[in-house]
Amino acid sequence: MQTRKLFTVSLIAILTAGAVSAENVLRWTSQGDALTMDPHSQNEGPTMAMNGQFYEALVTRDEAMLLKPELASSWTSAADGWTFKLRKGVKFHDGADFTAEDVVFSFNRAKHEASDYKEQAKNVVSVEVIDDYTVKLLTDGPNPILPNQLSDLFIMDSGWAKANNVENPQDFAGKEETFAVRNANGTGPFVLGSRAPDEMTVLTRNANWWGNDMFPGNVDKIEYRPISNAATRVAALLSGEVDFVLDAPLQDLKRIEAADGLQVKTVAQIRSIFFGMDQGVDELRSSNIKGKNPFKDARVREAFNLSVDKKAIQRVVMEGLSFPTAMITPPGVLGNTPELDESYGFDLDRAKSLMADAGYGDGFEIQLDCPNNRYNNDEKICQAAVAMLAKIGVKVKLDAIPKAQHFPKIQKRVTDFYMLGWGVSTLDSHYVFSYLIESKGSWNGTGYSNARVDEITKMIASETDIPKRTALIDEAWTIVKSEMPYVPIHHQVLAWGMSDNIDIPISSDDRLRPRFVVMK
Amino acid sequence: MAAVSAISFSLFNFVGDPVNNMVGQDATREQRVEIRQQLGLDDPVLTQYTRFIGNVLQGDFGLSYRIKRPVSTLILERLPATLELVFVSALIALVVGIGLGVYTGIKRDTWISRIVMSLSLVGVSLPTFIIGIALIYLFAVHLRWLPSSGRSGAIDLGFWKTSLLSVDGWRAIVLPAITLSLFQLTMILRLVRAEMLEVMRADYIKFARARGLAERSIYFVHALRNTLVPVITVIGLNIGGLIAYSVITETVFQWPGTGLMFIQAVDFVDVPIMAAYLIFVALLFVVINLIVDILYFVVDPRIRLGGS
Repeated sequence: MQTRKLFTVSLIAILTAGAVSAENVLRWTSQGDALTMDPHSQNEGPTMAMNGQFYEALVTRDEAMLLKPELASSWTSAADGWTFKLRKGVKFHDGADFTAEDVVFSFNRAKHEASDYKEQAKNVVSVEVIDDYTVKLLTDGPNPILPNQLSDLFIMDSGWAKANNVENPQDFAGKEETFAVRNANGTGPFVLGSRAPDEMTVLTRNANWWGNDMFPGNVDKIEYRPISNAATRVAALLSGEVDFVLDAPLQDLKRIEAADGLQVKTVAQIRSIFFGMDQGVDELRSSNIKGKNPFKDARVREAFNLSVDKKAIQRVVMEGLSFPTAMITPPGVLGNTPELDESYGFDLDRAKSLMADAGYGDGFEIQLDCPNNRYNNDEKICQAAVAMLAKIGVKVKLDAIPKAQHFPKIQKRVTDFYMLGWGVSTLDSHYVFSYLIESKGSWNGTGYSNARVDEITKMIASETDIPKRTALIDEAWTIVKSEMPYVPIHHQVLAWGMSDNIDIPISSDDRLRPRFVVMK
Repeated sequence: MAAVSAISFSLFNFVGDPVNNMVGQDATREQRVEIRQQLGLDDPVLTQYTRFIGNVLQGDFGLSYRIKRPVSTLILERLPATLELVFVSALIALVVGIGLGVYTGIKRDTWISRIVMSLSLVGVSLPTFIIGIALIYLFAVHLRWLPSSGRSGAIDLGFWKTSLLSVDGWRAIVLPAITLSLFQLTMILRLVRAEMLEVMRADYIKFARARGLAERSIYFVHALRNTLVPVITVIGLNIGGLIAYSVITETVFQWPGTGLMFIQAVDFVDVPIMAAYLIFVALLFVVINLIVDILYFVVDPRIRLGGS
């Protein structure tokens, strides 16, 4: 009797296993794992990308980076804020209904002291509930781009948070792991199946997702495995163990393209790479010029811009995968125009004569600080620049170190000349101005300070007349382009490696959007 | 142990700024300063160190800055993976190393011996990660016999997650174990061979042969035993090294052990994990050396007799 039962059960198990294996499983890899399942805890690429599968925000960006409704179905602006109509019939993974109360809770949680999304959430002063499916996000004065700033602010269920003691994001100095670090309950298209950090995370399709018939994606299950070594990552794709690699190194792309059954897709990334020159200090820290700062002279800054041959870098260092530019923000961000984007060009003779005019015909010494594990071929770009600047007499000492030690240099303002890259999540120039160009911008290590540009930065935060605002942005960029506080190099290009059997539309923010992934 | 903890702690002031990795690029300066204060990163080094040691003695290693989970839990979770990997590679290194060492010691001039000796040079001089990647490309990408990375086939027994109880698990552990074992294997091989050559010339071997003992008995019972003392010393020290330095192999094969966790901690400037790991490794070396000393007593009668 027992053996018969066992036999039947095993038979059923075998048969159902067969049926289950017909589902579409997307296996993919990239370097970094998500750090936590708490959506307000860590403002970081892979973490946001993964949490964006369980959780959703009021608005989202589609694969072409256009702003689209997600948990909000429509929105209108007013002088003191924006009114959002919420989508009806949406349920959290545990079955609870999504209502206005959850929006209030989530924004307050995102503004909490321990949240890493404070900066973005502080644009919203408070959330007013009009009814169960309508909220008004109040702002400090008119904010023309509020919806742009909301796409990464995820909505949690207030009831679930209370029940599991995660009403606040984890404290930085906390002593215990909170429930939200490894558990997720959102409204999104996927449910957290299993999670082994740095090993494997499995996501399964949410059968009750509101958007199940609205998007082309047909993925039932996602198996994500981070692989930190670049060669091993590519090997996993080549051996067929994964279907998709987000970040194959540039030098392996040809190999992937040439392999049977694999393809590479490229797109311009919303990230620009540039050098910052400290023109604020009176004397450079690492230079042999004493008593004055060469970067204060606009001719020296122009000479630097003209002597870095960005097309050569594109051809030799980036294997064609970059877009030389004169702007520190790429097309796709409001404010970038083809005229402004056009590179300063490469003119060694003019650069030399400018240096001579400025009194530095013999050049000078300086140190270039560079990360070596952050941007595409970052160290190689810096090495190329060292060689190029030598031609105008500038002897550059290159200090290429890991990003963990490099970025603090910029923030502590101890660097004369440094490489930095910048992505723009809001796709609006205000983001770039406020961090990189405004006098007190937290990442503005150039000491650049222009009163009119500072004024414009403030004005565009609240200017609701769109043509007027765009004109102001244009004015600011024109000033910046002529004053050259930075040496813009190029906009990065993303390259994704994937199997021929999958159609994955590539997005400029380097995020996988499974709702658009079609497996054949 | 005290020395290691003090030295490693003082180094942490130079490894970079953890706060930068803990917050996004949008965070304001005020926020960063506040977090540094919360974590006590701006206190004088001595204060931080005393606080750290105080916590450690109570078993509290803090939370990982990166993963936000208790460090002691993380280390205990990842330890089985590393220990199993080290165990299998030590096994391979010992069995193959001693076996080949004896063979090449006895039959010095056969062509097999010569090939083995040449290959052993390769094993000693090639860096681990090159061997690892080469094995991946050969066995995973071209032949597709074995998985390229990861620890598949692991079965959770509650307190220990093992990959040695399933076929998938063994398939996954083979390449990393071979990669990790190669350096030790070649060292053991050359050491055993050298010792065998020396021992074979000794008088008591001649007398044993004269007495008519079987060759096999001579080699494995008499000769080999006497070569074991130096071999044990070397192996003992190296086992500690295998555990601590499995970092590279684990990184190449994405093997979820303590080595990979450590490297990721360094990259992120996750000080709690780095500190705990270094102390753990120091403890390991101390314990293993103790075991090695005890084994001398057991294996070499001269030491035992000398002691009494």
